[in-house]
Amino acid sequence: MKIHLTSVFVDDQAKAERFYTETLGFVKKHDVPVGAQDRWLTVVSPEEPGGTELLLEPAGHPAVKPYRDALVADGIPIAQFAVADVRAEYDRLTALGVHFTQEPVEMGPVTTAVFDDTCGNLIQIATQPE
Amino acid sequence: MAEELFKALADPTRRTILDELADRSGQTLFEICGRLSMKHRLGLSRQAVSQHLAVLESAGLVETRREGRYKYHDLNTAPLRQITDRWPVPDPSRPEESTP
Repeated sequence: MKIHLTSVFVDDQAKAERFYTETLGFVKKHDVPVGAQDRWLTVVSPEEPGGTELLLEPAGHPAVKPYRDALVADGIPIAQFAVADVRAEYDRLTALGVHFTQEPVEMGPVTTAVFDDTCGNLIQIATQPE
Repeated sequence: MAEELFKALADPTRRTILDELADRSGQTLFEICGRLSMKHRLGLSRQAVSQHLAVLESAGLVETRREGRYKYHDLNTAPLRQITDRWPVPDPSRPEESTP
């Protein structure tokens, strides 16, 4: 068994596509129309084009809002991405206008930070020890 | 108020939460939980941390602030003044006259 795909709910797929590609730097893998206005939209890391895909899924289901609101209020991220240097990534994203709810902190062996993806979610970035 | 202050300070986990908020004020519940578990190896549930925060809040040592969709916890050390108001601490910069 492999983890091939995971997903985050996004308020607006077009906006999410821009944020996840232009700001975060992922690349689009699949973009297939589904139904009237939704798309099967996935991105991957350019460092791992054959790696796990992230599905940017429409947040239309009524359960999504209360679920995400409660998590966001407590600062809980919905996904975690690995970066080589959390502080460098924090500086880069902050310069692009990204809002962090948690600035980089050393938490024992890992350094983490949490930002708002502008599409309704908090995302954690982490640098694991070598 | 004073009773709540002493109760809040009596617990080592709550003192650790204050240490971490002194390191950086304005933390989400997630960050506080992360610091306690990763830095201090305290295996507490999120609910337990929330309860500790509620005790600190009733003592006035922690204040919560809603900012858009996020909720942050700030440190307020002002209530600690009640301790030195009650038991004044001599000012070390003014040596007692007993020293020759």
